[in-house]
Amino acid sequence: MTDSILFQAFVYLAIAVVFVPIAKRAGLGAVLGYLIGGVAIGPSVLGVVGTEGHQVMHFAEFGVVMMLFLVGLELRPALLWEMRRPILGLGGLQVAISAGVVAGAAMLLGIGWKPAIAVGLTFAMSSTAIVLSSLAERNLLKTSGGQAAFSVLLMQDISVIPILAVFPLLGVHVATEIIDVTSEAGRPAWVSALLLVGAMVGVVAIGRFVVRPVFQFLAGVKLRESFTAAALLIVIGIALLMQQVGLSPALGTFLAGVVLADSEYRHELESDIEPFKGLLLGLFFISVGAQIDFPLFGHQPLTILGVVAGTMALKLLVLVALGRAFNLDRPARWLLAFSLAQIGEFAFVLVSFGVQEKIFEPAFASMLVAAVAISMVLTPPAFIVLERYVMPRVTERAEQRPHDVIEHADTPVVIAGYGRYGQIVGRLLRANRIPVTILDLDPEMVDVLGRLGVKVYYGDASRVDLLHAAGCERAKLFVLAVDNKDEATKIAEAVRHNFPHLTILARAYDRPHYWELRALGVHKVYRETFGSAHETAIESLKQLGYRAHTAHRLARRWRLHDEQVIEELGAIYASDRTGYWERTRLAMDEAERLMREEDPNVYEQGDSGWDNESLRADNEVDAAASTTQPS
Amino acid sequence: MEAPTGAAVQALTRDLRRRSHVILMRRVLVQFAHPVFERSRVQRRLLDAIRGMEHLTIRDLYEEYPTLAIDVRREQLLLLEHDVIVFQHPFYWYSAPAILKEWQDLVLEHGWAYGKGGTKLRGKITLNVISTGGPESAYQRSGYNRYTIRELLAPWDQTAHLCGMRYLAPFTVHAALRVTGDIEVIPSQREYRRLIEALRDERIDLERAAAVDNLASELDHVLAPREVA
Repeated sequence: MTDSILFQAFVYLAIAVVFVPIAKRAGLGAVLGYLIGGVAIGPSVLGVVGTEGHQVMHFAEFGVVMMLFLVGLELRPALLWEMRRPILGLGGLQVAISAGVVAGAAMLLGIGWKPAIAVGLTFAMSSTAIVLSSLAERNLLKTSGGQAAFSVLLMQDISVIPILAVFPLLGVHVATEIIDVTSEAGRPAWVSALLLVGAMVGVVAIGRFVVRPVFQFLAGVKLRESFTAAALLIVIGIALLMQQVGLSPALGTFLAGVVLADSEYRHELESDIEPFKGLLLGLFFISVGAQIDFPLFGHQPLTILGVVAGTMALKLLVLVALGRAFNLDRPARWLLAFSLAQIGEFAFVLVSFGVQEKIFEPAFASMLVAAVAISMVLTPPAFIVLERYVMPRVTERAEQRPHDVIEHADTPVVIAGYGRYGQIVGRLLRANRIPVTILDLDPEMVDVLGRLGVKVYYGDASRVDLLHAAGCERAKLFVLAVDNKDEATKIAEAVRHNFPHLTILARAYDRPHYWELRALGVHKVYRETFGSAHETAIESLKQLGYRAHTAHRLARRWRLHDEQVIEELGAIYASDRTGYWERTRLAMDEAERLMREEDPNVYEQGDSGWDNESLRADNEVDAAASTTQPS
Repeated sequence: MEAPTGAAVQALTRDLRRRSHVILMRRVLVQFAHPVFERSRVQRRLLDAIRGMEHLTIRDLYEEYPTLAIDVRREQLLLLEHDVIVFQHPFYWYSAPAILKEWQDLVLEHGWAYGKGGTKLRGKITLNVISTGGPESAYQRSGYNRYTIRELLAPWDQTAHLCGMRYLAPFTVHAALRVTGDIEVIPSQREYRRLIEALRDERIDLERAAAVDNLASELDHVLAPREVA
């Protein structure tokens, strides 16, 4: 039974359903959840999956291909061109230097120069799958560190081609008859080169000239699944083509993605491929976890751990140094280093290729595979270490940009936090020529606004000395607009305690935060998305045919009620949970009656002045009384 | 050759219009104000009666300015583009809904509508089209409202006068409360349409139209017979 496809699917899906949510809840991230799940079902623990794990992995590697296609879709050609420096420079140097350093270390350990170089090249690779998933999961892909990591990964994908070409030269003998999809066996170099260029041109041409008409045709047919099939067909077709000419399928689909990034079917493609990618990547991570050969690890734990630790440390150092050389700021540098320190899935391919080419002994190779798998499993924990221990330190050091000296601030208004929220307040006040003193903790924001001629002081608004310097004694109003709720609470405490005369207007993240701030004595609290949501609701009523003026009046009435209710709920939220829910339910009913004006008790902002129903009733009585003569 | 004076041009235009009224019709602007139009019975029907007419612009002020923030320049431009300005509204508290007061306060600027250089509205025609709850008999010395509609509309009359506009008698639909939702057509609908047509096509005797009490009941009296070409 364990051999059936259904059973296999059941096991893998069960992991996705059981382990992943638990890991996510525990703050470990989905990737680690898959890996742990893989270890659990692997041969060493439960033994639910056996040797077929390799095949599954081979299949699941297609998730990486899909992921790169999706990444390509996000990346317009112009954007890619802008990234040429980090891709070629940072990425190229990373591959070369990491390979060199690791190879050097291997030689120092007494390995021959040929296998040492092969090990270096193999270990220079990082895991596109784990890194991109982990970065995306944490919303770090768009940061400068995330972009740098992506550039390096892209360059690694590209360099797999020359590396595969170099490997045969490192072997004991040059093997030509090995049939491997990734080798260019039997073709003269110029034919391969021609094929390569031809394939690239072909991909671009397909993206430009074939996909659109095909999709247009399919759109006319209006069959959802044919769209999905076409999207998969594109990805798989390009992957096959790339394999034929000896290019990395991931790279080929990435290129196709970039070409299609401008097309109107981009979102269609994205939503079609996305679920496949997610499942296949999950499958891939599970099979990595299942691959860890614990008995082997038990034989030589120190060697393997040493190899893993040594490699990761060397790669980390190289990456930090490169980050510095390429002017990345400290947090970005460390993000780059921690995310790319592991050895990637390409290493599995390269190691088995190395065995074929007789570069590695089989025993040596399985030790390498174990090291690769363990280093991959260590990546999510590395992210956790980075977040909990490294980032606070490096950002703190970044914060050692000395707090700006505020010279003679004497404005009626102090604004803490000058992001999307504070800027609206500040711009409106400044437009009215009201001088404001602005504090912000984001050095980039401070610099950008400085270039626009807005003086923003860099500094932590919860520090009393800074509040003094900002002129809080003489100010009338303190606008608390920072986006971090804990930070906001801290600042509110400091201001209330040290400058009780100041009126505080504060931005709240949500209801509990609202009540927290109110409890501290903040005078007026605004839920940060309330205003725009309220406007959306007004427009929704209008779109549904309500008169504009009526929509505004109803919304205002609703808002006043809601603002009153939130104050009432705040009084019982902490102490009386049942009462809280009861009151919340009651408030919903109230609001509904309020809209229909059925309940005189909740009738707040009536417009009965415009209502002539009662007048009409009066009038009918009058009319009846006056018409005494028969009509 | 001397440039024609303003008065001469006006006379010329008048003459031209009289000759070819089909081409040179007056453009009519209806400034409509009803805060709870959803509940309206009479005003809704009146508006339905004139919708889609040629040379007529209807503006629903509460829909345009739900927060009562009036775009003054745009309103002034609209006034310049029209020859007849009709204020159509329920007769709340012997006057108009709040937005029309706001409109007057802001749009009729000094130096534009009145005062030194304030000549932009000169010569235009204006009137109120209103609906009242009470019957006509209530708007008498002896009635419970003590004043006539024309007396109560004195501020509108004088506003028009100060701006150099011709203020016509109101078109008043009385006892609007008696109109129920079931009635399909009310007689005033037909009369209202005839009035707007007459104003547009210059088939109205302005002297008489300014003098009567209610255009809704005295329309035949003020219509000039159509000239035969």
